[in-house]
Amino acid sequence: MSKLDSKIPEGPLKDKWTKHKNEINVVNPANKRLIDIIVVGTGLAGGAAAASLAEMGYSVKAFAYQDSPRRAHSIAAQGGINAAKNYQNDGDSTYRLFYDTVKGGDYRAREGNVYRLAEVSANIIDQCVAQGVPFAREYGGLLDNRSFGGVLVSRTFYAKGQTGQQLLLGAYSAMNRQIGKGKITMYNRHEMMDIVKVDGKARGIIARNMITGEIEKHSAHAVVIASGGYGNVFFLSTNAMGSNVSAAWKIHKKGAYFANPCYTQIHPTCVPRSGDFQSKLTLMSESLRNDGRIWVPKNMDDVMAIREGKKKPTDLSEDERDYYLERRYPAFGNLVPRDVASRAAKERCDAGYGVNATGEAVYLDFKSAIHRYGSEKALVTGINNPSEEKIIELGEKVIEEKYGNLFQMYEKIVAENPYKTPMMIYPAVHYTMGGIWCDYNLMTTIPGCYAAGEANFSDHGANRLGASALMQGLADGYFVLPYTIGDYLADDIRTGTISTDLPEFNEAAKEVTDRLEKLINIKGSKSVDSFHKRLGEVMWNKVGMARNAKGLTEAMDEIKAIREDFWKDVRIPGGMNELNPELEKAGRVADFLELGELFAKDALAREESCGGHFREESVEEDGLQKGEAKRNDKDFAYVAAWEYKGEPRDAEMHKEELEFNDIELKTRSYK
Amino acid sequence: MDLTLKVWRQKDKNDKGRMETYPVTGISEHASFLEMLDVLNEQLITEGTEPVAFDHDCREGICGMCSLYINGEAHGPDRKVTTCQLHMRMFKDGETVHIEPFRSKAFPVLKDLVVDRTSFERIQQAGGFISVNTSGNTQDANALPIAKPMADKAMDAATCIGCGACVATCKNSSAMLFVAAKVSQYSYLPQGQVERKERVLNMVDQMDKEGFGNCTNTGACEVECPKGISLEFIARMNKEYVTASVASEK
Repeated sequence: MSKLDSKIPEGPLKDKWTKHKNEINVVNPANKRLIDIIVVGTGLAGGAAAASLAEMGYSVKAFAYQDSPRRAHSIAAQGGINAAKNYQNDGDSTYRLFYDTVKGGDYRAREGNVYRLAEVSANIIDQCVAQGVPFAREYGGLLDNRSFGGVLVSRTFYAKGQTGQQLLLGAYSAMNRQIGKGKITMYNRHEMMDIVKVDGKARGIIARNMITGEIEKHSAHAVVIASGGYGNVFFLSTNAMGSNVSAAWKIHKKGAYFANPCYTQIHPTCVPRSGDFQSKLTLMSESLRNDGRIWVPKNMDDVMAIREGKKKPTDLSEDERDYYLERRYPAFGNLVPRDVASRAAKERCDAGYGVNATGEAVYLDFKSAIHRYGSEKALVTGINNPSEEKIIELGEKVIEEKYGNLFQMYEKIVAENPYKTPMMIYPAVHYTMGGIWCDYNLMTTIPGCYAAGEANFSDHGANRLGASALMQGLADGYFVLPYTIGDYLADDIRTGTISTDLPEFNEAAKEVTDRLEKLINIKGSKSVDSFHKRLGEVMWNKVGMARNAKGLTEAMDEIKAIREDFWKDVRIPGGMNELNPELEKAGRVADFLELGELFAKDALAREESCGGHFREESVEEDGLQKGEAKRNDKDFAYVAAWEYKGEPRDAEMHKEELEFNDIELKTRSYK
Repeated sequence: MDLTLKVWRQKDKNDKGRMETYPVTGISEHASFLEMLDVLNEQLITEGTEPVAFDHDCREGICGMCSLYINGEAHGPDRKVTTCQLHMRMFKDGETVHIEPFRSKAFPVLKDLVVDRTSFERIQQAGGFISVNTSGNTQDANALPIAKPMADKAMDAATCIGCGACVATCKNSSAMLFVAAKVSQYSYLPQGQVERKERVLNMVDQMDKEGFGNCTNTGACEVECPKGISLEFIARMNKEYVTASVASEK
């Protein structure tokens, strides 16, 4: 029997959450104010949790490394948020959202968690509208929807291309109300350095004031880690520069299991890289695939002519173009899930059809959509026999309304006008489905320590569908954690304030200080970034979109070697007791250098292809699905939860077998 | 391209600060401005000098963390972009580029190019919200239709990223555009009506306490705003403020 108890409630799927809520312990309102909760991270999950917990009466301390909660990277999510509202009357339901999410995740997520996610999704939209989030609306004043990759209904709510921003500002406003009331104490420009355990329970954190360098001790009755994903282990990703694994990695080293680290989402529509100086990659929302058609030239001559600047993409006629997604996946076309779209782009570019100088770019073309919308608009506005120019003019306006800010962003980066010439895109690391293992209550294997949002592993399986990250972050923060945390805290009403003078706090603070001193005293010859870039290169080449046993084994050794070199030769100018961005980066990169190795180990152990994890050894050999990823449910329908044992490669795997009672496991076909 | 950088260096809050000159060479025109600063910092680290501290995070123009006053303009010479979206193709080979922190009494410098913008936080805490608790029983979202033009207006105001360019660029260091964006967003929406008067009075009151200057309608903020927040919203806030003051029983 596994050490892992997922605590999924008994009973029919649709009654589990209601039943669980009815049965768990609650803390009475008078006692809540005697209980402190620390929330690390103020994105959608952390911000929503901090605000909701404070509204309920708990005393909350929230931590963000940025200078304001509003800057957490949830802000950058563009496309939208899913909810099973069925406003479009296209047959959507809680069950269908649940089904799509489990299928989209390639049957590697927990049924119970995902059903709950689908169940609370509708509440999220109601809550956000009540907060004043300006979602897009139709002329009748009702909410508008769009469709997103991997599904057959329109259930995505959006606020232009800035949905994450508007949702985060909603959670931020709810936080501000509580900060103003003194119910949340906000610690901006503070970084969590370690968790403090007392009698085996999470009782606080050690944080560094990033302005003064002071090492601070903070106590609480429970600690929530909502610190986001670890995509920056690849150096180049769509994450923010400061996004890091450190909070999650620290709790992992203190007893929290890390689940499925190899499940990474490589997003198909990002602006291709342009040079060695590149510091990050920019996403172009997946919603663009609703209206954009993806193609590369059919003939190699055209590819070469385009690369040499002798031809423009607009010079190619329809039959000289290979709309490869429409060709390979007629049922879903350009709207196949992200993992499928990314691999298809890589396949074409590996075959030599990439359309820019680096050979790593494909076209995303809006010409057809501009024409279609322009004709519709002409009809609606009563323009008879519109000229071609008029149609294009009208169509471009419609496209601008839908994606104006994205087009502007693209133009600023690439210096090309995407209304007139197709965009160039290429896949980039975007989201990490893996994360801290947690049970149905979102509690990790450390009692009293919770994980929410992208930091946990639970809902997306091996691949996340578009517009589901915002849904999950807010579900965890607004509607799951505030209930489930009470079940644990009900035992703590008589505990009283936890003293930060306990030896456990002093020891943890000393460990933190020692590590920082060690880092700064290496006084080597290379910058932190140089190590980060080396790590990223190994990750991208050997642990990226396609993986094999040989590459993964090499990667583990190479990452270890980079890590050892780092601890001998990194140079960190400046001191500890001041604002020191190099020191901050060094701490984070040190943790990435450990995570990277576990990541590769996990990928090596999972000898199947599922979702974002593609093993070259595991592909379908014949039939309609030939060449597509081959999943192995018999041997790998489990969650791999790793227990820290010293070196990353010594981690011990615990399996949580996944049971599917309400869904039949099928080969994912988008043909 | 090769450039000469004149960069503001200041050890901490109490240091007087000074401009330092650094040459950088071989910068690609496709690099972003912050990537150019990365190159400078890599160079400084190799030379054994402390790198230049600057705020940045998402590097895609939405988090509002990056700032910088470049050649006398907030977020530099391009329009409707943040510094992280500013690309080197906007500069000429051989040019001298002046890089300073955002300047305002209400944004004290913490180090080099990093400023403290928590005054913005306190303004938001004074009223930048709708008082609604998290509840699984909120009314259905479509029970409250909102006319599209109103919803669109609210969205236009809500796109503010809180970077502070409006303050940095204003000769009076006024935060009116920032405050007006939030006040306007809620004023257009039915959800924002209950606290409409109280909100504008409290937020403006806090803005004054933080030491921001007054608005003299020069319109510089609108020009430099990376999100193109319109001056119209300041007019709207003024109207909101006057109406609320007249009706106020305080």
